Amino acid sequence: MKAVLHSLSALAAVLATPAMAQTVAITGGTVAIGDGSQPIDHGTVVMRDGRIVAAGAGIAVPAGATVIDATGKWVAAGMVAGFTNLGLVDAEGIRESNDASARTSPFNASIDIAPAINPQAVAIGNERAGGITRALVSPSTGQSIFAGRGAVIDLGADADPITRARAFQYVELGEDGASDAGGSRPAAYAMLHDALAQAQDYRRNPAGFGGREQASLVKRGDAQALLPVLDGTMPLFVHVERASDIRSVLALKKQYPALKLVLVGVREGWMVAPEIAAARVPVIAAALADLPASFEALAATESNVGRMTAAGVVTAISTVGANTAPGEHVLKQYAGNLVAIARVPGSTGLNWGQAFATITSKPAQALGMDGDIGSLRPGRRADVVIWDGDPLELASAPLAVYIDGLAQPMRSRQIELRDRYSVPQEGALPKAYSR
Amino acid sequence: MTHHIKFRSLTAAVSALALAACAGQSAPAKSASSKPAPGAGKGYAHDPFPSTYRVYPGAPTLVRNVTIYDGEGGRIDNGAVLFADGKIVQLGQTLDAPADATVIDGTGKWVTPGVIDIHSHLGDYPSPGVQANSDGNEATAPVTADVWAEHSVWPQDPGFGRALANGGVTTLQILPGSANLFGGRSVVLKNVYARTMQGMKFPGAPYGLKMACGENPKRVYGSRNTKPATRMGNVAVDRATWAKAVSYKAKWDKYEKDGGDAPDRDIAMDTLRGVLAGEILVQNHCYRADEMAIVMDMAKEFGYRVTAFHHAVEAYKIADILKANNTCAAVWADWYGFKMESFDGIGENLALLQKAGACGMIHSDDENGIQRLNQEVAKAQASGRRAGIDIPDAEAWEWLSINPARALGIADRTGSLKPGKMADIVLWNGNPLSVYTRPEKVWIDGALLYDATNPRLRPVSDFELGQPGAGDVK
Repeated sequence: MKAVLHSLSALAAVLATPAMAQTVAITGGTVAIGDGSQPIDHGTVVMRDGRIVAAGAGIAVPAGATVIDATGKWVAAGMVAGFTNLGLVDAEGIRESNDASARTSPFNASIDIAPAINPQAVAIGNERAGGITRALVSPSTGQSIFAGRGAVIDLGADADPITRARAFQYVELGEDGASDAGGSRPAAYAMLHDALAQAQDYRRNPAGFGGREQASLVKRGDAQALLPVLDGTMPLFVHVERASDIRSVLALKKQYPALKLVLVGVREGWMVAPEIAAARVPVIAAALADLPASFEALAATESNVGRMTAAGVVTAISTVGANTAPGEHVLKQYAGNLVAIARVPGSTGLNWGQAFATITSKPAQALGMDGDIGSLRPGRRADVVIWDGDPLELASAPLAVYIDGLAQPMRSRQIELRDRYSVPQEGALPKAYSR
Repeated sequence: MTHHIKFRSLTAAVSALALAACAGQSAPAKSASSKPAPGAGKGYAHDPFPSTYRVYPGAPTLVRNVTIYDGEGGRIDNGAVLFADGKIVQLGQTLDAPADATVIDGTGKWVTPGVIDIHSHLGDYPSPGVQANSDGNEATAPVTADVWAEHSVWPQDPGFGRALANGGVTTLQILPGSANLFGGRSVVLKNVYARTMQGMKFPGAPYGLKMACGENPKRVYGSRNTKPATRMGNVAVDRATWAKAVSYKAKWDKYEKDGGDAPDRDIAMDTLRGVLAGEILVQNHCYRADEMAIVMDMAKEFGYRVTAFHHAVEAYKIADILKANNTCAAVWADWYGFKMESFDGIGENLALLQKAGACGMIHSDDENGIQRLNQEVAKAQASGRRAGIDIPDAEAWEWLSINPARALGIADRTGSLKPGKMADIVLWNGNPLSVYTRPEKVWIDGALLYDATNPRLRPVSDFELGQPGAGDVK
């Protein structure tokens, strides 16, 4: 392990330069590609210019490549956190730092979180060290069912976190949507249809469209922001949980055929899984939610993800509906649990490769970005994590993290705190001098 | 027949209550000056809602060829455990099965004591989490020591069944919420569904008093322009309340010793008097190291001890001080950064406490987390290993068993697999510190109450009966 770490830091120095024509081969490890396939013993991962060249068994190390020996370790696709507020908040409970929701803003669909992402947020550093390399970041709703436009980010220690700005629009159409719309689901649908109708009005006659008054039901910018949703060039993420709500959302395609729907939450998805699969709508699911936490989740079960996957639904998992206090890297634990329940009689789980895909390629696929991120298949961005063991196991942790092929710093603020207090008592000087 | 039995048990309960009332509040027979002394602790009833928990029938059972963590740091490889009549009988390498025993081959499996969660709100904040069920925090005043969490427990919470089946939880403490400085009394439950709260109540477990420091009380009341609005306000109200309690206790102690006119009852002060008398254990929500240090001094000022700080994300900064004060820390494995006072949470918290010889344990404070406390311990243990603190598996299991049992005052009855203790046992289908492992069987007081291989032995609460989820048994 010492040798690996040593060579990694040397590599970091090399790769941190702008010209990075080096080819790097990580050899000897158990390779987890992230595309649903099973782990490959003694595999090799080759990356060049920030992209994956090849990954798997029997891959020759290119001449001149920098070789990293990962024997006894795992080399895996970086995790893609399926639905987060990473970079939008320093801490959820610190109101002053929280950019997730704009409770009193007059705007909604036009909100674009990309300019607010702070790559220096402490959580980004901690989660990167925990093996998260990309994240879908979404705003939360304020005074409308529309929250605005989310982004895909990387967690690299650099100034440019945005992989794709305005990657999706987010809308609430379940209990939360009812509340946002003034108190009922029908009101939420009224708001949805009116906003989409006004967006079409705007397209037909921009000059004649007002939408600049405080009292406008749909602001000009919000109408503009909904056009790519109507055209299907921007995915519409819809948070619903109840089986009947899922059906109602799927039915929207009849009225708006171009909509590119992605369902979020979906705790009762297993009850309508064949319909979701037939509609070819991907799901970013609440991973393990198994409690009837609300009347829209009475059928919640740990088997939800397994059953939807078995029915052919592209299913990613996320921390939606869970407490996010452990950080997003808890996703690997959730994925591990989906493997665990495969052994529980009566439950439906996933095999290892499927489970790992729910936290790597599946969230990317939900956005149609799996050609670019989320796996170690050739051509993808080289987001690679070397683990000291099975990434889904509780005891495992990353030894090295690469984002776009760049080795990332592994020393987080949490590690600084740990080291400062490895002995709690003060020494010759107060703790403030220990760093 | 059913009616008859019901009637009889009711009669028994009524006469028991009547007896308690007689013993507790002996009516004055003569003039005020000559009222007799009721005796120490007998001025009023201390157990007005007594446990009616019943031990369900269980077969004498021998589990063998199994890896055992005994809950007190001991480990037996390829061992055996025998229990009968609700109690642990024996642990060993090889044990002979009594003639009538059920014998289970545990090859490749693990046996541990049942998981104990010292911090839960199940029943008080049940599923579904609708407003009508939100009974966990009497956040109407900073001091509500008069409320008892047990009076909010909804015994039909589906969360109890999930904690049993997925988490192997056999005992749990239900605490009031943390908006108040004095949140009220906690209650310890056996994780066995019953028609009434009393039917779940752990017989003879001491009560706890929930206290809270830090952001919550000052935010909740400060935002209403009510004291406290600051941390110094928190401590000021705490001290004023304890001062009152000391005086209340002196009056009642004197009355119980010397007789005369009974002092006015104050239900809130009863609880604080119980703390000062050592009958009720202080369970104190607190995040920051510096605040915990202040609270421990305040406890000394008024003559009580903090049994455990809960959440305690900065316990690692004062592990030595906690140890010196004989105060435990009940923590999460890795929660951090969700508010200002949790900003410094680290995954090594438990391991650093253990390294310093302080008392630590895991807790959930969460209806989902309670289903995976074994996994939380595995994460905490692994974080420790990466920091160079090697805690053996069987020792790490103390964070789930004997340590919370001690901090609940029930370690003489449960929390480890010692002969004579309650047979609260989990058979895991693999190494319980692996993410790939789940409970296979759970016994409580020797009764098999969950069996993964038998759908009939998976509980479904009233609320879920006939609903599509139906206890997640489908």
